[in-house]
Amino acid sequence: MNAVTKLEPILKGRNMVKRYGRVTALDHSDFDLYPGEVLAVIGDNGAGKSSLIKALTGAAPPDIGDVYLAGALVNFKNPMEGRLAGIETVYQNLAVSPSLNIADNLFLGRELLKPGFLGKWLRMLDHQKMEQIARDKLSELGLLTIQSINQAVETLSGGQRQAVAVARAAAFGSKVVIMDEPTAALGVKESRRVLDLIKDVRNRGMPVVLISHNMPHVWEVADRIHVHRLGKRHAVIKPSTHTMSEGVAIMTGAMDPNDHPAGAYALPAGAM
Amino acid sequence: MATDNFEAVAASAGGSVASFEPENVSLGERTQRFLHNYPTAAPAFVLLMAVAFFYAIIGGKFLDPFNLSLVFQQVTIIGMIGVAQTLVILTAGIDLSVGAIMVLCSVVMGRTAITLGLPAELALMLGLLAGAVCGAINGFLITRLRLPPFITTLGTWSIFFALNLWYSESETIRSQDIAAQAPLLQFMGISFEFLGARFTTGTLSLLALFAGMWYALNHTPWGRHVYATGDDPQAAQLAGINTEKVLLSVYIVAGVICAFAAWTLIGRIGSVSPQAGQSANLDSITAVVIGGTSLFGGRGAIVGTLIGALVVGVFRNGLALAGVDVLWQEFSIGLLIIVAVAVDQWIRRA
Repeated sequence: MNAVTKLEPILKGRNMVKRYGRVTALDHSDFDLYPGEVLAVIGDNGAGKSSLIKALTGAAPPDIGDVYLAGALVNFKNPMEGRLAGIETVYQNLAVSPSLNIADNLFLGRELLKPGFLGKWLRMLDHQKMEQIARDKLSELGLLTIQSINQAVETLSGGQRQAVAVARAAAFGSKVVIMDEPTAALGVKESRRVLDLIKDVRNRGMPVVLISHNMPHVWEVADRIHVHRLGKRHAVIKPSTHTMSEGVAIMTGAMDPNDHPAGAYALPAGAM
Repeated sequence: MATDNFEAVAASAGGSVASFEPENVSLGERTQRFLHNYPTAAPAFVLLMAVAFFYAIIGGKFLDPFNLSLVFQQVTIIGMIGVAQTLVILTAGIDLSVGAIMVLCSVVMGRTAITLGLPAELALMLGLLAGAVCGAINGFLITRLRLPPFITTLGTWSIFFALNLWYSESETIRSQDIAAQAPLLQFMGISFEFLGARFTTGTLSLLALFAGMWYALNHTPWGRHVYATGDDPQAAQLAGINTEKVLLSVYIVAGVICAFAAWTLIGRIGSVSPQAGQSANLDSITAVVIGGTSLFGGRGAIVGTLIGALVVGVFRNGLALAGVDVLWQEFSIGLLIIVAVAVDQWIRRA
């Protein structure tokens, strides 16, 4: 991790508030993601994890508060703005089109056109180039088990589909990749593959936000863990200083994070 | 760190991820998978069988080039409307108003050219514009007011048909008048002989329309978005596709294709009649369904609709040549529809 020169968070939220009627989903919450790290977000059901992510990506902009990307105020109004700025999200419900093939899915919504007249006037897709890039991206992530890039996504297993979604995010996310419960619907071995993917993405320098209920997964891949409780950032801990039981205790309110010897707010290495 | 190493146990349990025994697949299952990958294979097979069947009972008269080209002429209108219907059904919608749009547009072309005396080119443009407006109304009601396509187009079917009766004053415009004042409107009826077969410009336009739509669906971003929208609208939205815009464009394009079919209809029957093309609604759905496009959206191919229309045409033509009563033609088409939908359901489970 090359964090020595990068002390500023790549994605930052400040004082974010989001209310749905009388329910306060985000209560003056902050958020910091540093370059090159995997930041896990954990929290009990209803703690506001999804609201936090939606506030950051523009899927549900906060009522109050600001979002900064690489130091610049962005405050996305819709998810497309976030995407165009380089934030890719892998959704829990996969968000792939089952009857389209892998290459089509990877490029869905941002297809490549043939150069020149064919692309400009006839809007002709560059199937060859898209397939080539799709193949490269999948082999980069070690997904060579997928037989054909022209396979319909519905013929893939759950883990392979999730891998396609992760590959899409990794291929197009230029600044941040956010994954919402990527292993929730997967078996043990398929989860393993996705966790390895997350590490791969991080090792290639891309910061990852991982929302998960699975503590062993979080403790395995996360560099830091953002504990969300009652709509705000309750603590930021590290797998190296906190045990899983301590993490769960902080998450559920059984333990005051300030009582822990490592403190309630852990900074990434090099960001002191 | 208190990570229990349970995954090490799982890692030793064989290499591949969630693979099930690929061997010992029954013939039925293999057929199912094949049809799943090639949805037009079933209608193509049915077409071949139908041709073979009618050749066997009728003989050479059926396979005569003239007769076969006649089948093409007979399915021209259904095929064109079928292209529009395929588009809509691919988005998991349905358009019951296609026939009414076509008749209304033919009346607009005929009335503006003959009764108002506008130049034929302008009349044609106004007819195509009327189709686009009708499609836009459907699309607006479905995307903005979020009404179900079935009910929306059931309503606009009646509305467009009533407008057609009102504007035409329930009168037919005679073929001679059109030939004298606006021959352009009969352009699609020009026929010529080739190798014993008889083609019309309408038939050639039908093939061109299929080729164009095939290109648009398979080789442009718009086509991919149409499939994605029908397949899983939420996933399409999350992928950044404006599904409302896609739906609106689909209904508008369908309306314009119906207007194009109206032009062809005038060429085929010569006159403009407010009562023509009544069966186009259901026949177009029949062609699409027999052609293997799923009524649940996102699955199917435009070529299937051409094959589906030809299957209907071959059945009608063959049974007529065999001297079978018209009621049995209807009976067999009905049977085909049910079999086609049953096959679709079966394939979807693959």
